[in-house]
Amino acid sequence: MKPAEYHQRDRLWQPPQLTPNYKTSVPRSPRQALLSLEQSMSEITGPVFGHGDIDPIDNDLIRNYAKTGDPIGERIIVHGRVLDENNRPVPNTLVEIWQANAGGRYRHRKDTYLAPIDPNFGGCGRTLTDPDGFYFFRTVKPGAYPWRNWVNNWRPAHIHVSVFGASFSQRLITQMYFEGDPLIAKCPIVNSIPDPRAVQQLIAPLDLNAAIPLDSLAYKFDITLRGRRSTLFENRLEGN
Amino acid sequence: MPQPLDYRKETPSQTAGPYVHIGLAPGASGFDIYSNELGRDIAGPDAPGERIRVEGLVHDGTGAPVKDVLIEVWQADSNGIYPHPEDPRFAKVATGFRGWGRVITDFDTGLWSFTTVKPGAVRGRNGRMQAPHLSLWIVARGINLGLNTRIYFADEEKANANDPVLNMIEQQHRRATLLASREMRDGKPVYRFDIRLQGENETVFFDL
Repeated sequence: MKPAEYHQRDRLWQPPQLTPNYKTSVPRSPRQALLSLEQSMSEITGPVFGHGDIDPIDNDLIRNYAKTGDPIGERIIVHGRVLDENNRPVPNTLVEIWQANAGGRYRHRKDTYLAPIDPNFGGCGRTLTDPDGFYFFRTVKPGAYPWRNWVNNWRPAHIHVSVFGASFSQRLITQMYFEGDPLIAKCPIVNSIPDPRAVQQLIAPLDLNAAIPLDSLAYKFDITLRGRRSTLFENRLEGN
Repeated sequence: MPQPLDYRKETPSQTAGPYVHIGLAPGASGFDIYSNELGRDIAGPDAPGERIRVEGLVHDGTGAPVKDVLIEVWQADSNGIYPHPEDPRFAKVATGFRGWGRVITDFDTGLWSFTTVKPGAVRGRNGRMQAPHLSLWIVARGINLGLNTRIYFADEEKANANDPVLNMIEQQHRRATLLASREMRDGKPVYRFDIRLQGENETVFFDL
């Protein structure tokens, strides 16, 4: 058996492009139907990364921008596995994260929220999954913050997560939320996802077993990328 | 009850948001944190082929340029080989060729650009050749799930006419939304590719 195409994306599970309660999606969502493409070499390949591309400290957001001491905030570990739809681990894949600081402010020129910048917190990190698909970061828990959508919208605390997988068709960006946050259910961006079971997939549970006593709490966030079909019978991408 | 199918569900996507730049292109957005910013050099210095610049704007449905987009590009080398172990000719890929890059738009004008080598034709399904193309993945605030499209080169008329993907686009006039136009600037080739997220001449996007 030779691996072939990736399973089609479940468009009823993924958010549609036009979600009017998230206002910015209105002028930025295509109106024409997407063209369904049978995958070729262009889609089943993708960039390959190695340990030479990143530094070991890149996954430690408590230390990777520290100038005069540690950043302010609740110390947490975020860990989990990258798997595919067939329950196989996705090894050696690049995971990148970015987030607000503990007060809910990003170190970004366009963020003007009144909460202060933390001089010791950059707010981004990256790592490669190990051979079994595991990854981990150390950071501080991000704060909730207001955003311009309805007059009084607040984002639940979240960490942005970007994952590559082994091919360009698996590329995914999502957001991780924290168990128990009452703002999750009220967020128009969260609610761009139509199926409530899919929303649950983005909520990381508190994982006391992975906490470090007297040091850091932990949250567990598994990520699932598209799986691929096996060629049980010939249907070659490359012809005969 | 039949046996359960034990497939997992793909993690749902969420928008990359307005601050994607600090996460994926911190250096390009003026934030110095990593010693090595990824995606800045697609082709490397030694790959053979024609060196080209590709540039354009992303327009929203009102016609305004979108100024907070991040675009990733994936391509074959000038011989049509992908730097990936599943390409059967992988062992012969050009030295130092990564094939992948990411760019952000200028915060004031919305213009994006990258330099690379022009890819060669790559084999498609059932042995049919695909015209030279770049695969794009576009994320931004207001885009709930990354958008996939392709850049083809308007001067590759014969190859484009036989391309299986371009030929699948039912409305013939929409095929032109995937063609980058070529001009010479200071003696160097520049391809222009504007993306329209919505409205008149909306770019063709793919469900891969």
